[in-house]
Amino acid sequence: MGRSKKLKIKERKKQLYVTESMGPFDMAKTFQRKKTAICCIGAICLLVALCGRLFFLMVVRGEHYTEMATALQQRERSIKAARGLILDAKGTVIASNRTVCTVSVIHSQITDAESVIDMLVKELKLSEDTVRKKVEKVSSREKILSNVSKEIGDRIRAYNLDGVKVDEDYKRYYPCNNLASKVLGFTGADNQGIIGLEVQYDSVLMGTDGMILTMADAGGLELEEMAEQRIEPIAGNTLCLTLDANIQSYAQQIAYKALEAKQANYVSIIVMNPQNGEILAMVNAPEFDLNDPYTLLAEYEEEGTETQILLNKMWRNQSINDTYEPGSTFKIVTAAAGIEEGVVTPESNFSCPGFKIVEDRRIRCHKTTGHGAETFVQATMNSCNPVFIETGLRLGVDAWYDYLGKLGILSRTGVDLPGEAGTIIHKQENVGQVELATMAFGQSFQITPLQLLRAASAVINGGTLVTPHFAKSVTDADGNIIQTYTYPESDGAISESTSETMKEILELVVSEGTGAKGGIEGYSIGGKTATSQKLPRSARKYIASYIGFAPADDPQVIAIAIVDEPQGTYYGGSVAAPLIRELYENILPYLGIEKEIIDTPDDIE
Amino acid sequence: MSKTNGKLKKKQSNFDYSLLFLILFLLCFGLVMLYSTSSYDAMLSGLPADYYLKKQIFATCIGLGVMAFAAAVDYRLWQRFALIAYFVAIVLIFLVLTPLGIERNGARRWIGIGESLSFQPAEFAKLAVIVFLAMIVSKMGKEALSTFRGVATLLVLASVIAGLIAVVTDNLSSAIIILGIAFLMLFVASPKSRYFIIMGVVGVMAIAAFILLGDSFRMGRIEVWLHPEESPLEGAYQVLQGLYAIGSGGLTGKGLGNSVQKLGFVPEAQNDYIFTIICEELGMFGGICVILLFACMIWRFMVIANNAPDLFGSMLVVGIMAHIAIQVVLNIAVVTNSIPNTGVTLPFISYGGTSILFLLAEMGLALSVSLRIRSK
Repeated sequence: MGRSKKLKIKERKKQLYVTESMGPFDMAKTFQRKKTAICCIGAICLLVALCGRLFFLMVVRGEHYTEMATALQQRERSIKAARGLILDAKGTVIASNRTVCTVSVIHSQITDAESVIDMLVKELKLSEDTVRKKVEKVSSREKILSNVSKEIGDRIRAYNLDGVKVDEDYKRYYPCNNLASKVLGFTGADNQGIIGLEVQYDSVLMGTDGMILTMADAGGLELEEMAEQRIEPIAGNTLCLTLDANIQSYAQQIAYKALEAKQANYVSIIVMNPQNGEILAMVNAPEFDLNDPYTLLAEYEEEGTETQILLNKMWRNQSINDTYEPGSTFKIVTAAAGIEEGVVTPESNFSCPGFKIVEDRRIRCHKTTGHGAETFVQATMNSCNPVFIETGLRLGVDAWYDYLGKLGILSRTGVDLPGEAGTIIHKQENVGQVELATMAFGQSFQITPLQLLRAASAVINGGTLVTPHFAKSVTDADGNIIQTYTYPESDGAISESTSETMKEILELVVSEGTGAKGGIEGYSIGGKTATSQKLPRSARKYIASYIGFAPADDPQVIAIAIVDEPQGTYYGGSVAAPLIRELYENILPYLGIEKEIIDTPDDIE
Repeated sequence: MSKTNGKLKKKQSNFDYSLLFLILFLLCFGLVMLYSTSSYDAMLSGLPADYYLKKQIFATCIGLGVMAFAAAVDYRLWQRFALIAYFVAIVLIFLVLTPLGIERNGARRWIGIGESLSFQPAEFAKLAVIVFLAMIVSKMGKEALSTFRGVATLLVLASVIAGLIAVVTDNLSSAIIILGIAFLMLFVASPKSRYFIIMGVVGVMAIAAFILLGDSFRMGRIEVWLHPEESPLEGAYQVLQGLYAIGSGGLTGKGLGNSVQKLGFVPEAQNDYIFTIICEELGMFGGICVILLFACMIWRFMVIANNAPDLFGSMLVVGIMAHIAIQVVLNIAVVTNSIPNTGVTLPFISYGGTSILFLLAEMGLALSVSLRIRSK
């Protein structure tokens, strides 16, 4: 009974699996059909499950795997951004960029190696051996030569040879070669600033590199046919300076002339607006070629010294990186302090025997026979050491240091250039009468020329201590101002009246005193000379210097000239002062400072 | 029905044109994908882009001739050669150890004269085991197959070949496939299911024990399987690259020929991992279409097996069905990281001359069986 029922079921199931025909064997082996079907359906179920797995991998997790795969397949190649321009006060470009090319070969894409080698040898003027080695090397990308000029790059591109790549790149270019080299500085292989303003304003000038995203195979080979993504580079911002290329170039010519005529070590000239600290020129001759900063100038060549040390020496900006004993030009500070403090007046009478005894020391005047009786004004005109020693001693150590501080001698100027040197000076508590006496006429301490120029500016501008600076503003590529720089100033270093007095005294120094060679017909010019003896004093080496400003009653420009170790005549008045006179003859009309009919100096006798 | 009608019907419908179509379609599709996948690899090795394609076309042409021959000849003829085939398979496996053996990628699995004329004994062994078991099963009575002893004897006979392949040619995947084919054939042939359920459970446990108690190499594979993205092992690279290829295909794929992963990322993409490139280029739809084609094929084998004129023919086709089903399921499961990695090729599509040759021989046998189905 149950058996027949089972058979019936089997019969029905048989119908399910048997679709076409039935032989006698079929009847007996029904269970095998069933089991075959089970296997078949089982396999198909597994395949359906795998379809589900595919759905999970490709749709649910698809994004994740695509991301991972893209990260693996994508290669980034950066496009260098053009570095920002540097403009002078008149908008002249003094640092720009030049397009250079990097030539490389892609081994797997080369179809005609011989013509590639021939062409590269011919265009790049390289030896066949080097080129052949690089072309035949199995690598994904082999660089043949970088810093190739654009014309040659274009020519190579025009050959249209498979596997040769010419990539454009930017290289810093200085149109004026060695103009203000130690101020501007230059850039390295990655277009980063190395010295000077290029370092100081690196973040402003540096652009944002762009990027080319390409697909690459597992070996890193870029796939030409794949669409590439490009992120354009953003050029750096433009830096506008207070520096005037014309003034700089006049000053540079003059400095070079003096350098040669006096066989000096170096000649520095700084030109600044004393009212706000804008530096118009800063020359430190000999200057080096900014487009070729790694070639040592003949002046710096030295046997047995490492080239890098000599290069560092060549790149030094003596106006701010080096200190010196200012000598008599520092008497401007001493005089201002003395008058401000009331220990002397212009009319104070002194007598110079040719020396002054301080404690156990006998300090000589440069005129050993002595200046005799003189007023303070005359003493300044004569640059008489004993009078200034007397002034210093009358001030006393505390007041002296107080004025040094107020006039910025004890601190760095804060100029926007890297590596500014600090003052080398006795500690206040260690200063005795002898030290005070020597400091009063500018010896036994060291400052940078720029510090002195700033102090002198404060003396003649009514007592405002300015921050000397080069950067005026930052603009974008279209010239829209993004940022205007402001610099700290502090008033009240000395009073207005002291300042007026000082201007008059210093004008007299030029018109009738030691600075006579700094005078120009028709202009009122104030100034002070210095002849400092370098240490050790026995070496008899000198620094001739001169500070001059114009117009004397309302100074618009102040300049310092320093001639290091001049041969022959070494007096500041005859070596340095004529440099500033020559400079002023050129630049005063240029700066719009008109000639005036000056009163004949009858009233001062 | 009249006699002429019956004859006409037999000629028209009994030959399995659907199966023939599926075979030819998969072959052509396989060649296209093979070219797409292998050309870059070939060029990187300094070979012509169509190097692999040409070799595969050559093997396919011979295979089609073999298939036509096998379809034309009455399959019953092979019953007589079944025992010989079994022993030839064993001899061929041992030939690998002789100077005739060829080593590739660190495995000695080929025999032949030179590189161009080589052949993998494991592929022949699969066919031999199918024919051999079909013959024995058809000769043994239902009663003998109902006993555990009968089933076990046959399994041991198949295991001898599987074991030799695993040990002598160091080819575990082929051994697993042969064991799987034997298991399924005997499952179908024996009236008892109990043995197989027990054997299945024991087998699964044995595999688990084999892995868990096994050496670090096997544990490494499990580690790779579970965490391919964290594993630093070498195997993980291929698995992961395969997953990237599949995953980046999306719904419709990047288009034929546009795979990036085949450019050296997926190692030897033309072999086991060809399915990943199909998925990358043709997307999920393409991948599912390929799976469906294989499902249709398996379905056709079942139809032929269940209508075969005799038990030998039926078992022959069951064996072939088992072979295709196991290889397809294992391959796709491996490349989708559904199971731990083991080297199984995708029938008709993966690169491999011996494989395509013997697959087409099997197809010829299946067609031969279909051709001899007698209408009622």
